[in-house]
Amino acid sequence: MTSYFLQRLIQSIAVLLAVSVVVFFAVYGIGDPIELLVPPQASAAERLALIKRLGLDQPVWSQYFTFLGNALSGNLGTSFVHGVPVVSLILGRLPATLELVLLSMITATVVSVPLGLYAGLNPDSRPSRIIMAGTVIGFSLPSFWKGMMLVLLFSVWLGWLPTAGRGETVTALGMQTSLFTLDGLKHLILPTLNLAIPNTVLMVRLIAAGAAEATTQDYVKFARAKGISRRRIVRRHILRTILIPVVTVVGIEFGSLVAFSTITETVFSWPGMGKLLIDSIYQLDRPVVVAYVMLTTLLFVGVNLLVDVLYAALDPRVKLSGGMT
Amino acid sequence: MTGLLDIRGLRTVFHTPEGAWAAVDGVDLTIRRGEVLCLVGESGSGKSVTGFSTVRLIDPPGEIVEGEILFDGKDLRQASDEELRALRGNRIAMVFQDPLSTLNPVLTIGEQMAEAITAHRRCTKAQITEESVRALARVGIPSPEVRLRQYPHEFSGGMRQRVAIAIALLNSPDLIIADEPTTALDVTIQSQILYEVQTLARETGTAILWITHDLAIVAELADRVAVMYAGQIVESGAVDDVLDRPCHPYTLGLLKSSTGTVRPGERLHQIDGNAPRIDARPSGCPFRTRCDRVVPLCSETYPLRQENGDRAFRCHNPVPAAPATSGEVLP
Amino acid sequence: MSKPGLPVPAYADTPLRRRVLKVIRSRPTLRGAAILLGVMVLLAVLAPFIAPQNPYDLATLNMMDNRLPPGAAAMSGATYWLGTDAQGRDMISAILYGLRTSLLVGLLSTGGAMLIGITAGLFAAQIGGAVDAIIMRIVDFMLGFPSILVALVLLASVGRGIDKVILAIIVVQWAQYARLMRASALVERRKEYIEAAVNFGLPTRHIMLAHLLPNSVGAVLVVSTISVASAITLEATLSFLGVGVPVTQPSLGLLIANGFEYLLSGEYWIAVFPGIALVLLIMSLNFVGDRLRRSFNVRASS
Repeated sequence: MTSYFLQRLIQSIAVLLAVSVVVFFAVYGIGDPIELLVPPQASAAERLALIKRLGLDQPVWSQYFTFLGNALSGNLGTSFVHGVPVVSLILGRLPATLELVLLSMITATVVSVPLGLYAGLNPDSRPSRIIMAGTVIGFSLPSFWKGMMLVLLFSVWLGWLPTAGRGETVTALGMQTSLFTLDGLKHLILPTLNLAIPNTVLMVRLIAAGAAEATTQDYVKFARAKGISRRRIVRRHILRTILIPVVTVVGIEFGSLVAFSTITETVFSWPGMGKLLIDSIYQLDRPVVVAYVMLTTLLFVGVNLLVDVLYAALDPRVKLSGGMT
Repeated sequence: MTGLLDIRGLRTVFHTPEGAWAAVDGVDLTIRRGEVLCLVGESGSGKSVTGFSTVRLIDPPGEIVEGEILFDGKDLRQASDEELRALRGNRIAMVFQDPLSTLNPVLTIGEQMAEAITAHRRCTKAQITEESVRALARVGIPSPEVRLRQYPHEFSGGMRQRVAIAIALLNSPDLIIADEPTTALDVTIQSQILYEVQTLARETGTAILWITHDLAIVAELADRVAVMYAGQIVESGAVDDVLDRPCHPYTLGLLKSSTGTVRPGERLHQIDGNAPRIDARPSGCPFRTRCDRVVPLCSETYPLRQENGDRAFRCHNPVPAAPATSGEVLP
Repeated sequence: MSKPGLPVPAYADTPLRRRVLKVIRSRPTLRGAAILLGVMVLLAVLAPFIAPQNPYDLATLNMMDNRLPPGAAAMSGATYWLGTDAQGRDMISAILYGLRTSLLVGLLSTGGAMLIGITAGLFAAQIGGAVDAIIMRIVDFMLGFPSILVALVLLASVGRGIDKVILAIIVVQWAQYARLMRASALVERRKEYIEAAVNFGLPTRHIMLAHLLPNSVGAVLVVSTISVASAITLEATLSFLGVGVPVTQPSLGLLIANGFEYLLSGEYWIAVFPGIALVLLIMSLNFVGDRLRRSFNVRASS
């Protein structure tokens, strides 16, 4: 158990190091680093001072170690536009994004488990065919266009829901959240729906395929031969088996949800990390972009570790000491 | 003649885009209370499908299209889903061929035993544990209390099959249908399990339908035997009777190909050709293309069942009495 | 009682048989998707000949005609059946040309990603050892990040342009081909004819190109249809986010983005119609690709 964690920890650190190298050379290697890191409106004297202070007159490898050292102490630079440390800037936007991502994840799970199970257990019924055709349509709709159509339908034409923003927020557990006000919830519905649809579609297909495969397994037939009710077979034998790949995919998809939240946040003007990233790209606020990449990598790595632990807990065949037995 | 289980004219087909093909093609079979009946045949002869049809565990594209399955006088083909569920695992239990895939890998042995009990009767937790421990001990699994908390992958193949047998015994069924349960195991474990099953059947008075392709098992285990070929039962009767004096050339061929009859230096006898695919079956007697006793009538009609007391066979030109194999059959 | 000796009845009327027939008859969906795809490709290719106007030629646009609703008459008397955008472009023409750009980017980037991925996968499978380990570590690393994020950050540092978008999509897509190619090449390598070729002393290059490549590239080709769809989606998304194709040569994604600001005032057609074209294109690719993949039984990843 401990050696497994140690191994995974070393892997995670290796990934973070690799990302830091890639990001460092993407930002410092391509183009003129001075132009990238010094605000365009700076005067000549300010430029020189900045070059000196940022160490841009040093050799590349020493610059990388300076960057790495600063990163390790939690300093990823200062935003040109906002003039504050980028780490705190991004972390300040984190709750809004997490709220959206987690709510979408829950929505996707709650919707996809019954739909996927139904489609997998009754593959030839009419509702199942509608569900499966719906999934093809679901993953064919580009996220940004889908979001715009939701706005057009529910906000512009029907006028039921607000078009953009986070609405009224309250502070809970030290974070701003839209979850506890009616106005906030109204603002949450469309972005959550938009972000949840691709994942719902993916999970429906995964669960349907898993359920269809599980029903052909000998142990399901044996359970039937034991006189176990269909309800219990579905709940204990089939669902339990499907849960393992589903948890893995949910974990992997957490990363893509964070990534796709940049699109959803842009469409709905949701003040999260993704919106900040897009705004920073427009405003050439490079330190924010670099820090965003580093912090999301950290987030992905952490979630992956968590998924592995959950996976091991769900599948008795997996020993944490070293993969499948 | 009525028994615990009476199968009459059972026909189970498998649907394919080219049409429906009968895997079981008019089977009559009787099992009496407390007896061990071996259903023997080559792979593809329909013996497993017969076993699964008995409890109607046939999934699409398979379908039972004809016949009666009378269990204790009640036709299971007319039974509702709930009646069938209440029967399965309770009065008719099953043991499958591959012990590695019959147990759910993500549930503990204890849970998989407990659900087999609670599916049929209300029990306290303590009772369930007690019964499960007793069932495991009965099939020769050491330290059953510990084993209950373990998962299938922590058991060997032979141990898993013992667990499956223990599960089958949990509700003291009237009948156990065992589908080649020892085929996947090595010979020593096979004979241990055979011995235990025989003892248990005798102690509990449970009837067994044992499906196998191995005549050595038949000789060791069975009270009666039914030989299946191409979806039909070609010969049946008391085990000594059939093995000593086979009437059907196919039974004789099986006996000869079984190593038990071969003297040192003698060539192993093989039945010519392979078992026909169910969708490429010749007209007339299905065995005639592989038979060395074929007569013109064989290609015209399928021989009707000839019965003589408990003994029955279907052949136009049966093997004459007192064949060469008499008196030295099998261990 | 059964009737021995009778031929096996066909049971023509069981629900199951009807079900099998139904599956066969359900193929029209696939045929429909394939026809739709063909029509869209044809429209894209023929755009310069069939489009009512050239939307890239600002001189032919009439600013007086801007943001006209569908069916409105132009200053010149012609009818804008799908309306006009903020520059007074005829939406039909803009969509036809946008389709062209979207398809071009999708096909070129998929082609490039396949070329790199197949090469890398083939080398990893053939050479093995350290080369394999290094290639596959890079592949794992690449696949560990959401493609949209990688492409976004990449384009943020190199700027917008059709060539740059294609490059970015190649960067995020080659790894999946490499993994798939390596997997199927490894299966192929264990077959007897390759072993025979190796024992025969045929040069490695010949074995790779003449035997391994043609016999294991099938899985990659089957998956490529779906990849074209995801490349087109990716391009549209990047263009929507403002880091994709340049404004002078709008793809469907950029047309939709241009319509976004007018959406809230109810001028829906600028965003809706290009979106429908985009969705039809992606959906027909996905339908055809999904069916191909299932009938060849290829798993998309790992």
